[in-house]
Amino acid sequence: MALSTAEVETDESVHSTFASRYVRTTLPRFKMAEHSIPKEAAYQIINDELMLDGNPRLNLASFVTTWMEPECDKLIMSSINKNYVDMDEYPVTTELQNRCVNMIARLFNAPLGDSEAAMGVGTVGSSEAIMLAGLAFKRKWQNKRRAAGLPTDSPNIVTGANVQVCWEKFARYFEVELKEVKLREGYYVMDPAKAVEMVDENTICVAAILGSTLNGEFEDVKTLNDLLAEKNKETGWDTPIHVDAASGGFIAPFLYPELEWDFRLPLVKSINVSGHKYGLVYAGIGWVIWRNKEDLPDELIFHINYLGADQPTFTLNFSKGSSQVIAQYYQLIRLGLEGYRHVMENCMENMRVLKEGLEKTGRIEIVSKDVGVPLVAFSLKDNSSHDEFEIADLLRRYGWIVPAYTMPADAQHVTVLRVVIREDFSRTLAERLVNDIQKVLHDLDMLPSKMKAKMEMAGKKTEMETQREVTTLWKKFVMERKNKSSGVC
Amino acid sequence: MVLSKMSSQSDVSVHSTFASRYVRESLPRYRMPETSIPKDAAFQIINDELMLDGRPRLNLASFVTTWMEPECDKLIMDSLNKNYVDMDEYPVTTELQNRCVNMIAHLFNAPLGDSEAAVGVGTVGSSEAIMLAGLAFKRKWQNKRKALGLPTDNPNIVTGANVQVCWEKFARYFEVELKEVKLTEGYYVMDPEKAVEMVDENTICVAAILGSTLNGEFEDVKKLNDLLTEKNRATGWDTPIHVDAASGGFIAPFLWPDLEWDFRLPLVKSINVSGHKYGLVYAGVGWAIWRSKDDLPDELIFHINYLGADQPTFTLNFSKGSSQIIAQYYQLIRLGHEGYRNVMENCHENAMFLKEGLEKTGRFEIVSKEIGVPLVAFSLKDNSQHDEFQIAEMLRTYGWIVPAYTMPADAQHITVLRVVIREDFSRTLAERLVLDVSKVLHELDTLPVRLHGKVAVVEGEAAAAAVIAGEGGSGSVNGTFLKKTEIETQREITTYWKNFVANKKKLKNNKNTIC
Repeated sequence: MALSTAEVETDESVHSTFASRYVRTTLPRFKMAEHSIPKEAAYQIINDELMLDGNPRLNLASFVTTWMEPECDKLIMSSINKNYVDMDEYPVTTELQNRCVNMIARLFNAPLGDSEAAMGVGTVGSSEAIMLAGLAFKRKWQNKRRAAGLPTDSPNIVTGANVQVCWEKFARYFEVELKEVKLREGYYVMDPAKAVEMVDENTICVAAILGSTLNGEFEDVKTLNDLLAEKNKETGWDTPIHVDAASGGFIAPFLYPELEWDFRLPLVKSINVSGHKYGLVYAGIGWVIWRNKEDLPDELIFHINYLGADQPTFTLNFSKGSSQVIAQYYQLIRLGLEGYRHVMENCMENMRVLKEGLEKTGRIEIVSKDVGVPLVAFSLKDNSSHDEFEIADLLRRYGWIVPAYTMPADAQHVTVLRVVIREDFSRTLAERLVNDIQKVLHDLDMLPSKMKAKMEMAGKKTEMETQREVTTLWKKFVMERKNKSSGVC
Repeated sequence: MVLSKMSSQSDVSVHSTFASRYVRESLPRYRMPETSIPKDAAFQIINDELMLDGRPRLNLASFVTTWMEPECDKLIMDSLNKNYVDMDEYPVTTELQNRCVNMIAHLFNAPLGDSEAAVGVGTVGSSEAIMLAGLAFKRKWQNKRKALGLPTDNPNIVTGANVQVCWEKFARYFEVELKEVKLTEGYYVMDPEKAVEMVDENTICVAAILGSTLNGEFEDVKKLNDLLTEKNRATGWDTPIHVDAASGGFIAPFLWPDLEWDFRLPLVKSINVSGHKYGLVYAGVGWAIWRSKDDLPDELIFHINYLGADQPTFTLNFSKGSSQIIAQYYQLIRLGHEGYRNVMENCHENAMFLKEGLEKTGRFEIVSKEIGVPLVAFSLKDNSQHDEFQIAEMLRTYGWIVPAYTMPADAQHITVLRVVIREDFSRTLAERLVLDVSKVLHELDTLPVRLHGKVAVVEGEAAAAAVIAGEGGSGSVNGTFLKKTEIETQREITTYWKNFVANKKKLKNNKNTIC
């Protein structure tokens, strides 16, 4: 008798994700697979692998916003399929960008009439903004030189060695020389006097930073303006200033409104700010504002019509999402001046809590200033046994991502840890971080020194060897005592 | 007796959004407001104003993806707050980008070993990708020239006049001359022969387009490669090719895998493709792929450490969202070759259907080709009464956004309407569109001809003389006479009938009979 069993196989679509065969196969890494897989499997597999990424909100290295209100998330999701560049198709979105430009320009005291439209544009970030501003300066300078019959083959920019990498990119990609004012120990921003000294006839602009990446400090733009104005009077070169206010642009107007760094200074011709830093929007939005129309040469603006109507465009990127522009507008009207002020004040307060907690350990030197971006940059007073990179490593175990990095020339021997206080870093988290840093310092004290070990390779006993000797001694001692008496120890 | 009324004022937070005072105030446009407003009010007000934007899915002008599966939307939401550039903090996201680069490089037949990492990068779009590719060419060319002691002050790129604006931007911003091969009526892409003719010692590369924006056509990259190889042999200049496959890069490999346009051609050194076009991802992601490491000069790559560890970076943008990269990876593994092929076949099918529907009206000439991006570009056979811009305007009243535009030099007299068939443009929508276009044609036929500042010149000098003699100078513009417009004729006819009826009435009153 032949027994035949019929095997019943339910359709694949019935299997729950983790029961399906898709979690048993490796995902392609180099070539696209021939077949499709169900969407739930695709979602689950990617989602699971991404669990191993750092938690964005515990990423204390970044200045970029990691939290927004759910209402704003809703606006973002509904505009995710809108291509920002279709100005003709999405006139309201285009208008929202214009409103943001106007508001930010006035926040920076641009010399505008009440209903006068400001000159500026939304970008993907400060990198693009800086490249556009730099292009405008380069073109203006070239035009000026050609009109005077002078050579235009050697443009340069004067800036501090503390500039963010996008300035170096601009210089290299657009063939402009970068003349950097070197830093020194204890002075980690651009020295205005030295900067003005370096200015020559080929300088297209001097770039000052409001909120240095390394330690959050605001450069003294006013002194720079005054010194440069004097030099301009003597030389007639008319060198302008650009302020890279990537971080500081949304901080200074609210916390330090009396600080003159923006268009109130006559030599400042353009400013960039990151909407995605203290503008409180997710990654992907920056702003560049020009003082007025003359500061943006017409020949850099393009007009296209293939999407249906005439559209002026002056950005490096073309197609991009609309979500961040809408989110920026949401923040500007939702918070208003009052709301931004509160957020910044909270950040400063939490920064103080963290700073004081660290100082109390007695082992830490604070490198950041009180006036500046709300962040705490610190070094070890004594980094001979263990250095800042080890602290960063150990903090990861507690879940925190705190970067350690070396200062640029001429202060490369200084290593610094930096914690950026963002809107969503509450007092509770600050206290917890202080706690964890204390634990880390304690843990490090227990560990043998990596540095000492390197130095003692020449034959001196390492701590470990000494420790082993001590252990052996104690073992011997205990064994002898045991043998001596049968009494209870 | 004093009556005192207690007016109860509940706390503002209790009021429903449309009951609150926030909908009564005008929103700031020029200055930030002094005070905050509740988040629900902020959301509602902005959401409502945005209702007046066009509907992305009915925007038939755009190549850029307007729909993704909800599972992917979920992944996107979860990664909104991840700054892509933090490679050290988000190693998995960085790895996903690398996998995408590898997969796309293999899709383009890059000459790689099995586990060899491809050279490429994710960008915000094809604009950035093209600028990076152009920069690489410029730098290689400069290095080559400097080594020979030759001048480097006049680099140029050879391309067709049909290039998308980002090439013109690249040329102007990076100070490279753009040498454009002009188009001709009926030939709307770059002619490979003319292009190769224009190549000189200062040419940093020749750029071919796979999927011209104007009519979706694929340029003949193979022919360009063959002709340029010959010229290179003759001159020793070694001029390379870049293929702008912004649209075509995710179409050709699935619909026409035998078409040689990619790294199979030896002179092709870099390719760009938009992930957000037929890569089927929302706006904000593009890819630049180089043939090999030698094609990307090391000096253009930066290394930074201020985010905690050494990171190489070669992009124009720095901080940006991670969502689109993750979404691209989702699509690549979710769909696979099979899935992309199915989507492209559907698009092609729907494009052919739309094309046939338009041809059936008998009034249109199809300008797009069958092999190319799934789109239909069409012109009116006769645009003397009404032109394509009017059709575009009227289609808007039905909800459709269909752009009309003029061709670049030397075919500026040609106007074209273009419908792009994206993944989410189903057959049902195609049928509806054909119907609405027919309705629009019908409506236009009943409308008087708009003058648009054009003047209808009376034919023949004799006729003109007669008119001048007869009407003595009325209605002349610049010495030419305006023929009676249809509406004026219509008005005359109406007046005539009015008079006729009035006369009849008079007669009737005289007669006392019932009409």
